[in-house]
Amino acid sequence: MRPRHLSEPRAVRFVLTGAALAFLVLFLFLPLVVVFTEALQKGLGVYVAAIREPVALAAIRLTLLVTVLVVPLNATFGVAAAWAIAKFDFRGKNLLTTLIDLPFSVSPVISGMVFVLLFGAHGLVGPWLMARGIRVIFALPGIVLATLFVTFPLVARELIPLMRSQGNDEEEAALTLGSGGWQTFFRISLPKIKWGLLYGVVLCAARATGEFGAVSVVSGHIRGVTNTIPLHVEILYNEYQFAASFAVASLLTLLAVLTLVVKGLIEWRAGSRAV
Amino acid sequence: MAAGVARRGVVLPGFGLAMGFTLAYLGLIVLIPLATIPLKTAGLTWGQFWETVTAPRTLAAYRLSFGASFVAAIVNAVFGLLVAWVLERYDFPGKRLVDGLVDLPFALPTAVAGIVLTTFYAGNGWVGQYLEPRGIKVAYTPLGIVVALTFVGLPFVVRTVQPVLRDLDIQVEGAAASLGASRLQTFGRVILPEILPATLTGSTLAFARALGEYGSVIFIAGNMPMRSEITPLLIMIKLEQFDYAGATAIALVFLLASFVLLFLINVMSLRQRAASSAG
Repeated sequence: MRPRHLSEPRAVRFVLTGAALAFLVLFLFLPLVVVFTEALQKGLGVYVAAIREPVALAAIRLTLLVTVLVVPLNATFGVAAAWAIAKFDFRGKNLLTTLIDLPFSVSPVISGMVFVLLFGAHGLVGPWLMARGIRVIFALPGIVLATLFVTFPLVARELIPLMRSQGNDEEEAALTLGSGGWQTFFRISLPKIKWGLLYGVVLCAARATGEFGAVSVVSGHIRGVTNTIPLHVEILYNEYQFAASFAVASLLTLLAVLTLVVKGLIEWRAGSRAV
Repeated sequence: MAAGVARRGVVLPGFGLAMGFTLAYLGLIVLIPLATIPLKTAGLTWGQFWETVTAPRTLAAYRLSFGASFVAAIVNAVFGLLVAWVLERYDFPGKRLVDGLVDLPFALPTAVAGIVLTTFYAGNGWVGQYLEPRGIKVAYTPLGIVVALTFVGLPFVVRTVQPVLRDLDIQVEGAAASLGASRLQTFGRVILPEILPATLTGSTLAFARALGEYGSVIFIAGNMPMRSEITPLLIMIKLEQFDYAGATAIALVFLLASFVLLFLINVMSLRQRAASSAG
């Protein structure tokens, strides 16, 4: 509790809190409610039908498949990058860290574009691959690559500061006592970072499920084949099927809310452990 | 490259493997794909390149992207600071819930944010129906773009300022008060200089995010060439017309301009931080 002379007068506190809450309610909370009121405006029947439609189910399956492929790859990269950067000294470390963050400063549209330039029909290696029957753009591999790119830094970013702050004492002790390298990693290092890793994975999965711009460039919007959930939402919206569009969007919104809940739980867990 | 030798003479294993995988993966997923941008642009003659990136429609898109992102970053700096302050300093029921809600724009897919904000601010929407009779049109105007960009960038300022406010030494404020400073003076002369660098960092992050943002903007923007067409959308349109060279040229200039601008802001905030810690 702050001493009274180091806090603001009651009226000031009241006004500031009110202003902040009004802003958040108007700007964040009410839009969240809109998703569900719009989704249910034509009744529960339309809502369920919009989600059980074959094209919607295909989009859900594709999105899940992409997420399942992307998350383990980027999680493995995140652990490897954090291990190299946090536990060792080498020249060019700052440059490497900057390069890992690079995808965050590239527009999703440009992130998708670079894969079209590589693998498209007029791309650098696209024609060569197509002659061998391998399609990347307007197909699953392109969607996976674009999603890998946009979610690239998420796990590494969580793990690098965490591993650095934890230090190497336990690992050194284990190694001194004769434990092997992999054994030390799986028995000591991995348990130490599990909450950070889980948080990174949750962020990565959420972003992979919801990515729109990059996937939009490489997908080709083929209904039932290369449409992910966010692209399906866009198509329904542009066809003025608002209730159906918001119904499918509500699935993504529930996932976002779940992400926030999991984040809160992990922070609470990590916090109570640190104390 | 030398692996770090730990104390007590124990060397942690796995540097070669971890580093090798990191570099290979970084190269394959990020660096090689990005290298196609300068490569493809090099296929244009200087004249073609110049004509593409200085076309009135391209310049209008650049202006809009940088302008709207800048305004959104300023709005976020003000309201982000307010929200961070209230969440760190005051108690009210449901505070933890509100704190969690702040991250919503990070978690919500941009396409969902786009259709939600459009519906919310459209002429018959919950807020739009009160604004439009008063002559304030949000949806399908540049103002709508600012609203969407403010939405996606809000968590950055709040989350960068919060830890700084939390770690602020209460004794410094006590000293200021005991030397006769009013609460407002303490805020202006003691607290604000401490949290200003974090506010600047946070709004720079929000600005960077806003520059490239696509999904949340295209629904609410109206997308009129010369008026409400952001740069990522223009790149998208060129790609759909199979004008890959044009799209790449616009993207190259856009990326370079963003990097230079972000670099300058970072240098500025480092200087300010050095000055405030020296002073």
